[in-house]
Amino acid sequence: MSSSHGGYYLPDPSGWPIIGSIGIFTLALGFMLFLNDVSTGPILMLVGAGVVIFMMFGWFGTVIRESEGGLYNDHVGLSFRMGMMWFIFSEVMFFAAFFGALFYTRQLAVPWLAETDLLWPGFEGGWPTAGPKGPMPIQADTPTADPAQFSTIGPWGIPLLNTAILLFSSVTVTIAHHAIKANQRGTLIFWLAFTVVLGFIFLYFQAYEYAHAYGELGLTLGTGVYGATFFMLTGFHGAHVTIGVIILTVVLLRCMKGHFSPENHFAFEAGAWYWHFVDTVWVGLFIFVYVL
Amino acid sequence: MLMSRSKLSAAIIGLAVPWLPVVPAMADYGLNLPPPVSPIGDEILSLHNLIMLICLIIFVVVFSFMFYSIYAHRKSKGHKAAQFSHSTRLEIVWSVIPFVILVGMAIPSTATLIRMEDTSQADVTVKITGYQWKWRYEYLDHGIAFNSNLSTPRDQIENRSAKGDNYLLEVDRPLVLPTDTKVRFLITANDVIHSWWVPELAVKKDGIPGFINEIWTLIKKPGIYRGQCTELCGKDHGFMPVVVDARSPEDFQAWLAANKQEAAADASAAMAEWSMDDLMAKGKEIYGACAACHGAQGEGVPNVFPPIAGSAVATGPVAQHLEVVMNGRDGTAMQAFKGQLSDTEIAAVVTYQRNSFGNSAGDAVQPADVKALR
Amino acid sequence: MATAEAAHHEEHHHPSGIMRWITTTNHKDIGTLYLSFSLMMFMVGGAMALVIRAELFQPGLQIVDPHFFNQMTTMHALVMIFGAIMPGFVGFANWMIPMMIGAPDMALPRLNNWSFWILPFAFTMLLGSLFAPGGGPASGWTLYAPLSIQGGMSVDMTILAVHMMGISSVLGAINIVVTVFNMRAPGMTLMKMPLFVWTWLITAYLLIAVMPVLAGAVTMLLTDRHFGTAFFDPAGGGDPVMFQHIFWFFGHPEVYVMILPAFGIISEIIPTFARKPLFGYASMVLAVAGIAFLSFIVWAHHMFTVGMPLIGELFFMYATMLIAVPTGVKVFNWVATMWRGSMTFETPMLFAISVVVLFTIGGLSGLMLAITPADFQYHDTYFVVAHFHYVLFSGAAMAMMGGAYYWLPKWTGHMYDEKLGKLHFWLTAIFFNITFFPQHFLGLAGMPRRIPDYALQFTEFNVMSSIGAFGLGFSQLLLVYVVVKCVRGGEKASAEVWDNPKGLEWTVPSPAPYHTFETPPQVR
Ligand code: HEA
Ligand code: HEA
Ligand code: HEC
Ligand code: CUA
Ligand SMILES: [Cu+2]
Repeated sequence: MSSSHGGYYLPDPSGWPIIGSIGIFTLALGFMLFLNDVSTGPILMLVGAGVVIFMMFGWFGTVIRESEGGLYNDHVGLSFRMGMMWFIFSEVMFFAAFFGALFYTRQLAVPWLAETDLLWPGFEGGWPTAGPKGPMPIQADTPTADPAQFSTIGPWGIPLLNTAILLFSSVTVTIAHHAIKANQRGTLIFWLAFTVVLGFIFLYFQAYEYAHAYGELGLTLGTGVYGATFFMLTGFHGAHVTIGVIILTVVLLRCMKGHFSPENHFAFEAGAWYWHFVDTVWVGLFIFVYVL
Repeated sequence: MLMSRSKLSAAIIGLAVPWLPVVPAMADYGLNLPPPVSPIGDEILSLHNLIMLICLIIFVVVFSFMFYSIYAHRKSKGHKAAQFSHSTRLEIVWSVIPFVILVGMAIPSTATLIRMEDTSQADVTVKITGYQWKWRYEYLDHGIAFNSNLSTPRDQIENRSAKGDNYLLEVDRPLVLPTDTKVRFLITANDVIHSWWVPELAVKKDGIPGFINEIWTLIKKPGIYRGQCTELCGKDHGFMPVVVDARSPEDFQAWLAANKQEAAADASAAMAEWSMDDLMAKGKEIYGACAACHGAQGEGVPNVFPPIAGSAVATGPVAQHLEVVMNGRDGTAMQAFKGQLSDTEIAAVVTYQRNSFGNSAGDAVQPADVKALR
Repeated sequence: MATAEAAHHEEHHHPSGIMRWITTTNHKDIGTLYLSFSLMMFMVGGAMALVIRAELFQPGLQIVDPHFFNQMTTMHALVMIFGAIMPGFVGFANWMIPMMIGAPDMALPRLNNWSFWILPFAFTMLLGSLFAPGGGPASGWTLYAPLSIQGGMSVDMTILAVHMMGISSVLGAINIVVTVFNMRAPGMTLMKMPLFVWTWLITAYLLIAVMPVLAGAVTMLLTDRHFGTAFFDPAGGGDPVMFQHIFWFFGHPEVYVMILPAFGIISEIIPTFARKPLFGYASMVLAVAGIAFLSFIVWAHHMFTVGMPLIGELFFMYATMLIAVPTGVKVFNWVATMWRGSMTFETPMLFAISVVVLFTIGGLSGLMLAITPADFQYHDTYFVVAHFHYVLFSGAAMAMMGGAYYWLPKWTGHMYDEKLGKLHFWLTAIFFNITFFPQHFLGLAGMPRRIPDYALQFTEFNVMSSIGAFGLGFSQLLLVYVVVKCVRGGEKASAEVWDNPKGLEWTVPSPAPYHTFETPPQVR
C-alpha cells in the first residue's frame, strides 16, 4: 500500500483491470461470433461474462475492503462521487443518441418519406408507422393476428402504472438515504428493500408488456422505425433498471452486513443516483415514447 | 475577368508556398476549379476566388508579423524579452475584425445558396438513380430511361494497354441534356448512397436510397462534361463516372425523337421468341453489369461476392434464379434488377449465366417468362 | 514556487518485468504505455497510408485491388484517430497533468490502468477484422449506412472495437475531469492551471459527451445488421442520413478532441522559448471553451450535399464560420507571445511554430469548406483530404512530436539528440507539404477521395504526393530512433531542462521521480 503524505490513498498495482479487459474482449468476441452464426460464440460470451463478473467481485471487493479498512478519506470519496456523476452523464448522452433517433425519424424522416410519392406511392406517414414497406398500424392495444398489421401499447395502462412505480421508488430510496444519514439501520433496510422490490415489479411488468407486444400486438424489433425506436429505448432502459436493481441489491446486502456509516456511504449514494437517473430517463420515455 | 482573377489567386498560392517550385512544369492541369458552364458555377467560382483571396491575405498578414518577430526578436541577436502578457483592447480588436470579415463572406454565400436551392420552373426533369456501380437516367416527361456504365476497358485499368484520353471518365451512354434550358434533377439511389457530380456544372448531390434530392442546372455551352460519383459506395466507387452530353435544344429534341422510336422497337422485340444464340450474345453484353461483382469469368470475389460459375442458383431451377436477379437479396449488394433491365435483357443475362463459365443448365429463358413474373 | 519533492520510496512488493506494466497504477507508467502504444499505432496507420499512396502513385490498378484499397483507407483513419492521436494525447495527459497541478497521481489510478489496457484488446479486434472472411471494413472511417450494412463480419468487429475504445476514452476522460477538479495542490486555482491542463479538461468533457453518442450510432448499425431494426432503412421508415447526423454529432467534437490538447502543448512550448509569458491567458481559456461549445452545433457541415433543408444549411454554415473567431484568437495570441520575446529555436519550438503556420493553412481551408455553396464543389474531393491532414498531421501529430521533444528530458532524464531532432523536424515539415499541399489542387481539379484509381489529368500531383508520403513516412523512423536513443542514455538533463520554463513540472528533478508531489506543493 502506498499513500501520499497528503493522505490521498493511492492503490497498489492491481490485476483486476487486465482481467476486466480480457473479460470484455472475450465477451465482445463471442458476441461477434454469435452474430455471425459461429457456434463457439455463445460459449465465449458466457466465459467473457463470467470473467467480467469475477472481475467486478474482485475489484469492488478490494475497494470495499479498503474502504471498510479506513484507508479512504473524504478527498478520495469526493473523487468517487465526481467519477460517478460524470459516468451517469455519459449514460445520459448514450440515451440522447436514441432519443435523437426517435425525434429525427418522427419529425423529419417519416414526413419526408410521405412526401416522396415517386418512390413510395400511397405512403401517408404519421406516427406510429413501420414505414412504407412495413405493417400498418391499427388502434393501440388491439391484438392482431394479421402480419400486415401491428398495434402499439397505450400509455395509460401498464406504462402509467410503471411510471408510478418508478417515481415512488425514487421516493423510497430517498427515504432510505435519510435513514442512512440518521443512522437508523432498520428503517434504511426496510425502505431500500422496498425500492428493490419496486424495481423488480417494474421489470416484471416490462417483461409482461414485451411478451404482449410480441405475442399479440404484432409489435417487434423489426416493426419499422416505430418498433426499432420503441424497443431500443425501452430495452436499454430496462437493461439499466436491471443494473440499477443489482446495484441496489448489493448495497442492501452490504447494509445488512453493517457496512456504511452516516458520513461514509458512497456506494449507497452512487446506487441512489443511478436509480434517479434511471427514473428520469423513464419519465422521458413515458412522455415521448408512450404518450406523445 | 473571372479567368484572370482565378489565375491571379492561383499565382498567389504559388508564391505563398515557397516549396512549390519543386512542382514540375505546371502546364496544362488546373490549379483551380475548372471553368464553369452554368450560372451557379460562375457564382461559386467567384465566391471561391473571393474567399481564397481573403484567406490568403489573412495568412500573409498574420504570418508577416510572426516571421518578422522570428527574424527580429531572437536571442541570438541579443533581443531582450518584454514581459507584457495581455491587452484587452487588442484582444477585442482581433475578435471583432475576423467577425466582420466572416459576415462579409456570409452575405454572398447566402445569396448563392438560396439560388442553388430554387428548383422551381424547370423545363426538363431527369430522375437520376445511383446503383452499385452505374447511373440510371429517366426522362420523366418523355418515357425514356437507360443505364450509364463505365466504358473504359478492363485492359486499360489493369495496365495491359495504353490509357485513353478520357480514362475512367467515359461511359457507354452519356446523359444528354439541352443547353440554355433549366433542367431539374431528381436524385436518388437504390442500394447505398452515391453522389452525382459534374464539376463544370457545379452540381453535386447525394443520392440517398428511399429519398429524393432535387437540384438544377442551366448549361450555357454545348459540350461533353465529365464527373464522377463522389460518395464512397463500395468496391467500384472509383469506377462510376458521370458524363453529360449537352446539345442545343434542337439537337436535343432530335435525340429525344430518335430514342422514343428505339424504345418502341425494343418493346416489340420483347414479344418475339428468341433463339438460344441471340440470347447468349445479348446476355454476354448485359453481363458486363454483373461482372463488376461476379467477375468477368463468373468467379466472384471470395467471401464478398459469390461466384456464378457453379452456383447452385445459376444451375438450379430457373424460377429461383429469376427471383434473385429480379428482386435482389435484401441487405446485400445484390440489387433488384427488374427496375433496371428490360424483360429481354433479364432473359438474356439469366440464360447467359446458366450456360457459361462451365454452367450448363441448357435452358433458354424467354422475355415472356420474365414479363409473367413482373 | 513549490517544494520539489524528490523522496525516493523503496518500492515494496511491486511486480517487476512485464507484470509491472500490466498492473501498474502509476500515472507515469501508464502515460508511457499510452505514448508507446500511440507511436506503434502511428507506424501501423502510416504503413497503411503508404499502401494508399503507393497505389495512387500511378493511374491504373497496380498493387492492391479496389476492395482492399477501401479497407486500407478505412483502417488508416481508424488506426490514426483512435490508435495514434487520441491515446497519444491521453499519454501526455497522464504524464503531465498530475505534475502540472501538483497532484500525487491521477484521482482514480486503477481505473486509469483499465482505460489503457482496454486499448490493446480493442485494437486486436479492430486490426483482426482485416483477417475476417471477406476482408476488413471498407466503408470509410465514417461507416456510413447502408454501405456498412452490406459489409461482412469485419463490420461487427469494428463496431465492437469502437465500443471498447469508447469505454476506454470515457473512463479516461472521467479520470481527467476528476483529477483536475479534485487533485489540485493548494493555491492552484483553476485560472492558474497551465493551459495544457485547461485544454485537456475541456477535451475530457467533449469525450464524455460524444463517445456515448458514437456508441449509440454504431449500436443502431449493429441492430440494423442483425436484429431487423430499420433505423437506417427507408422501407421501414428510417433514414440513412440519420446515421450521418448521429455520427457527426460525435465526429465534429471529435476533431476538436484531437486538436485542443495540441493547442495546449503549443501554449506550453511557445512561452518557454520566447522567454515571455503566454499572451492573453484568460482569453485563451475562453477561446477553448468557445470552440468546444460551438463544436456541438456545427456537425452537419460534413453533410451539405445530403439534401438538408435550406434553413439547416444556412444555420450550419454560419455556426461553422463562427469557429474561426475563437481559433483566430488563439493564433493571434501565439503570435503575440512570440512578439518582442527573446526566441531560440530548439526542436520543440520549431515544431510549435510550424504547427501554428500549417494548422492555420488547414483552418483556413476548413473555413472555405464551411462556405456551403463552395463546399458543393469541395465536398468528398482531395481538397477535404488536404484540409484534414493539415489540421490532423501538422496540427495534432506534429504538436505531439513537439511536445515529446519538449518533455522527453523530463521523462527520461536525458537530453535527446538535438541535431537529429532538428533533422527530423525539417524532413517532416518539408515532406509533409510535398505530400499534402498538391492535394488541394487535386481536389479543386476534381479528384474525388476514396478512389483507388484516377483520371490521367491528376497524375502529376499524385506522383508528387506519393513521393512526399514515402519521404514523410521514412522520416518518422528517425523519430523512433531519437526517442529510443534518448530513453537509453544521453547527456544528463537538469531539473529545468530549458531556460527558466514556467510550471511545476520543472521544479522536480529529471527524470521525474516515480512519485511526485506526495506532499502537495504550495502554489502561490
Ligand atoms: C483536428 C482536426 C480538425 C480541425 C481542428 C478542423 C477544423 C475545422 N474544420 Fe475540419 N475536418 C476534419 C478535421 C478537422 N477540422 C476532418 C477529419 C474532416 C473530414 C472528415 C471526413 O469526411 O472523413 C473535416 C472536414 C471538414 C468539413 C467538411 C468538408 C466536406 O466533407 O465537405 C468542413 C466544412 O465545413 C470543415 C470545416 C472546418 C472548420 C471551419 C474548422 C475550424 O475549426 C478552423 C478554424 C481555424 C481557422 C479559421 C484558422 C485560424 C484563424 C485565423 C487566423 C483568424 C482569422 C480568420 C478568418 C477571419 C477567416 N472540416
Ligand atoms: C489522425 C490522423 C491522420 C494522420 C496522422 C494521417 C497520416 C497520413 N495520411 Fe491520412 N487520413 C486520415 C487521418 C490521418 N492521416 C483520415 C481521417 C482519413 C480519411 C479516411 C476516410 O476517407 O475514411 C485519411 C485519408 C487519407 C488519404 C485519402 C485516402 C482516400 O481517400 O482514399 C490519403 C491519401 O493520400 C492519406 C495519406 C496519409 C499519409 C501519406 C499520411 C502520413 O502522414 C503518414 C506518415 C507515414 C508514416 C508515419 C509511416 C511510418 C512507418 C514506416 C516508414 C514503416 C514502414 C513500414 C512498412 C511499410 C512495413 N490519408
Ligand atoms: C453490386 C454488386 C452486384 C452486382 C452488380 C450483381 N450482383 Fe448478383 N450478387 C451480389 C451479391 C453480394 C450476391 C450474394 C447475395 C447473398 O449473400 O445472398 C449476389 C448473388 C447473386 C446470385 C445468386 C448466387 C448464389 O449462388 O447465391 C445470382 C444468380 C446473381 N447474383 C446474379 C446477378 C446478375 C444476373 C447480375 C447482373 C444483371 C448481378 N448478379 C449483379 C452482388 C451483385
Ligand atoms: Cu457511387 Cu461512389
Ligand atoms: Cu467538422
